[in-house]
Amino acid sequence: MRVAKKKSGGILEGDLTPMIDMTFQLIAFFMVLINFSQSEQNEKIQLPDSQLAKPPEGPLEFPITIHLTTEGTAIIGSSEVPIAALSPFLVKEKQVLASQGKGANEATVIVRAHKDAQTGRVQELIQKCQENDFEKFALRAKEDVGNN
Amino acid sequence: MKVRHNKGGGDDKIELQMTPMIDIVFQLLVFFIMTFKIVSQEGDFNIKMPLAAPAAGAPDDLQLPPMKVRLRAGGGGVLAGMSLNDKGVGTMEALRLEIIGVVGDDRGPGSIQETAEVELDCDYGLRYEHVIQAITAVSGYIDDTGNVVKLVEKIKFAPPRQASGE
Repeated sequence: MRVAKKKSGGILEGDLTPMIDMTFQLIAFFMVLINFSQSEQNEKIQLPDSQLAKPPEGPLEFPITIHLTTEGTAIIGSSEVPIAALSPFLVKEKQVLASQGKGANEATVIVRAHKDAQTGRVQELIQKCQENDFEKFALRAKEDVGNN
Repeated sequence: MKVRHNKGGGDDKIELQMTPMIDIVFQLLVFFIMTFKIVSQEGDFNIKMPLAAPAAGAPDDLQLPPMKVRLRAGGGGVLAGMSLNDKGVGTMEALRLEIIGVVGDDRGPGSIQETAEVELDCDYGLRYEHVIQAITAVSGYIDDTGNVVKLVEKIKFAPPRQASGE
């Protein structure tokens, strides 16, 4: 039987081009899908589902996001406070808007309430915002794709 | 000036150092894989609610009075009962059909669909998900072709009920 002899001293080179191609494709895929809007989200909040909850066509001009937990506390920015103690934060938001020449009535308060939160708490939250001249609200829900 | 001459008549193979690049590329790949999270889409229901008193000003003759949707809570905040203008409705689907009956198919400027308003009157302890279900039912529906058919766009809340009144 003839046996091929191994040549000594030669460098074996694998072709890396397909692997690099695939790796770059994967990187491009993940880069496109990466979600930068996580700052708006909170792991404590589980939004209610709705078939009609479609993402807005454009970004809101002056959004203020307030989360509402099942315990009835509000999360604004990185602070978790009772609804009754929300006013100083809203006043601060009003001052920021005023510095841009805008009024509180031009801003939209995004209410991200937990699905098991009490409706009365949500209404209290809205009322607190109204007391600070905010009048546009967006009740956020998660898109329900299962029942379409 | 010293000029370098290419030795060997152009037969030399130029070898790029691939190892550092592949290292970095794999680091990036691992980063993106580890941080990848499938997030479901979110959407908003817009409501405009200024603080003005509900009965302020003379009512407009062309404006329909708001349709009152009452949501009652049972134990644990579950939905115990529902009514539209004091007429009981059993399910969210029934509520939507009632709304379609009022609003009709008329669309466009000045239509009932454009001027109609719904006022949600909910018990304090009602779970918020039922409110969103009710808002979904009165806001519209998805037809057979997958398009959203809008019903009532003006939605507001009645003054909150007291916690003890559940």
